[in-house]
Amino acid sequence: MDKRKIFISPVTRIEGHANITIELDDRGEVSDALFHVNEFRGFEKFCEGRMYTEMPTITPRICGICPTSHTLASVKACEMIQGIQPPYTANLLRRLMHIGQNLSSHALSFFHLSAPDFLLGYDSDPASRNILGIAERYPDIALRGIRLRKFGQELSERITGKKIHIMGIVPGGMAFPLTEENRKALLHWIPEAIETVQLGLNIIRKFHEENGEMVSSFANSPTMYLGTVGPGGEHELYDGRLRFMNQDGIILQDQVMPADYLQYIAERSVNWSYLKYPYYKPFGYDNGIYRVGPLARLNVCTRMKTPLAQKEFEVFKQLNGGRPVHGTFYYHYARLIEALGDVEDAEIILRDPQVTSRHIQHNGRWNYEEGIGSSEAPRGTLFHHYRTDKTGKLVGVNLLIATGQNNPSMNRSVLEVARQYVKGDQISEGMLNRVESAIRCYDPCLSCSTHALGQMPMRVQVIDSRGQLLRQVERG
Amino acid sequence: MQKKKLATVWLGGCSGCHMSLLDIDERILDVARLADIVKSPVVDGKEMPEVDITLVEGSVTSDEHYRELIHIRKKTKVLIALGDCAVMTNVTGMRNYFNLKDVFDTAYVHAVSNDGEGQVPDHPSLLKLNEKVQPLHEVVKVDFVLPGCPPDADAIFYVLFEFLNDRVPNLSAVKKLKYG
Ligand code: SF4
Repeated sequence: MDKRKIFISPVTRIEGHANITIELDDRGEVSDALFHVNEFRGFEKFCEGRMYTEMPTITPRICGICPTSHTLASVKACEMIQGIQPPYTANLLRRLMHIGQNLSSHALSFFHLSAPDFLLGYDSDPASRNILGIAERYPDIALRGIRLRKFGQELSERITGKKIHIMGIVPGGMAFPLTEENRKALLHWIPEAIETVQLGLNIIRKFHEENGEMVSSFANSPTMYLGTVGPGGEHELYDGRLRFMNQDGIILQDQVMPADYLQYIAERSVNWSYLKYPYYKPFGYDNGIYRVGPLARLNVCTRMKTPLAQKEFEVFKQLNGGRPVHGTFYYHYARLIEALGDVEDAEIILRDPQVTSRHIQHNGRWNYEEGIGSSEAPRGTLFHHYRTDKTGKLVGVNLLIATGQNNPSMNRSVLEVARQYVKGDQISEGMLNRVESAIRCYDPCLSCSTHALGQMPMRVQVIDSRGQLLRQVERG
Repeated sequence: MQKKKLATVWLGGCSGCHMSLLDIDERILDVARLADIVKSPVVDGKEMPEVDITLVEGSVTSDEHYRELIHIRKKTKVLIALGDCAVMTNVTGMRNYFNLKDVFDTAYVHAVSNDGEGQVPDHPSLLKLNEKVQPLHEVVKVDFVLPGCPPDADAIFYVLFEFLNDRVPNLSAVKKLKYG
């Protein structure tokens, strides 16, 4: 069969660490898409033999955008090994830092990476479709976006002295207290941060209004969802239990202890990607596709914890009459609703009289051989699972990363967009952008950092079954 | 003074060094006034434009990183190793204590969450990992190193700003300069 292929290569290296092959059948119709993830570092192996207490400082190096979530999942696994709980104030400080990371990551995703598409247009000049292009046309918006991210980073810096790969979160609690001076400095940011998120919400609303059909039909096939919720089903990032929801909004499993994750999640290795394909175990590989991240968290939770976010959440819930919202494009909206809740929540914590207490650490020692911890990274639920020998040396490490769990649906979203926008071997610049934005909706760690200053470079080749080049479109 | 051309590249790292670069916050606009931040390079013979300064994050972990780094070296006047992974492989290099097959098998065949038999990915579109991770200077001549995991944003800005103004940065003037 004359199976033609289109390769889209958002060049593995520079920023994508991913590329795409779109396969055409002999009638020139899209038959399949393979989303190649090109990054593998081997943490599961090289952590073996180290002491479990080293993990909270090693594992943030998995990802520079969600290091705090890794540290938190890691200390929780350590605390399960020790059988202890951190003090109240330590939990407050961890929450603050976690909120900070979520906020800076969401700000980056929205203002640096996605707003250029919304404000300048998908088909505008690629050379300036970036945050610097926004700075030229809308200097105030660019500056505000940069400053919102800065506030998020400062929440970590003012607690532990570092913005990225923070060192202060340790098994049993925190290494540093929050000073009164820093508490005040952080509170100072709140009004501006609320305003900036509202500004983002206005941009997205306007875009929704003007592009209604595209927004609601964009990669919108239903999936299951997984997210962390609090005891009352409320939205939760740091410390809760798992909820699985099916595509119609029925709760399949609720208040699942993260330590039981292996009962519900399995994953499969595939030959075309260094990222494995996780799925909801009871439904099997073919039917168990689920999503995590902001959209999933909003779909599964019953309410937001703060008033402004709750008001926006109610609007969100109406998008699909109370049922889960599936359109991949709504990830952006979900992210901003979370960001709003983050800022409100930060204020509540900063006003807690105990936030500057110096009782921030409990001492523990090795007690159990196994520890499992989870937390919600900006991109979704992640799990750390450690097994140790009796001296505390690691003998087994398993890591389930947020973006990994979105991998199957990212692949599917790319396929859907390709079906919609690729006709035969006709490839337009606009099509590349839409494939790119199908990935970008998920804000995958593997491609979000470096194209902060530009678009994804891509190469598209149409090749017939004998490997002959029929057409090539390039940008980058 | 003519506007400089600047590139930033991500090899085998966690993107934390690029995040720290973004942590220069509003000063990114100062950088943009002095330099065009041009696209990052594409290997496979694709042209990276001639640039004045390239910041490289991460270690050399694969065949593509290796080719790309050599290509970058040809195209850039100043090559800066940004962060501990680029300077001395850091956490990325921790797999050097094991053989690559074991590292692969642990993740793709033996992981407790895996179903079935597992398989190590080997599609032709995937890059091939090198047996050992290398720091940049083992592959090309590096003009300047800025350690840190990641380097502090102020340090990155200072180094960049000096080069953009045709001066060689003086690292002893940098606060918070350290490995890790
Ligand atoms: S030096 Fe640290 S921050 Fe930079 S890429 Fe390596 S692990 Fe990430």
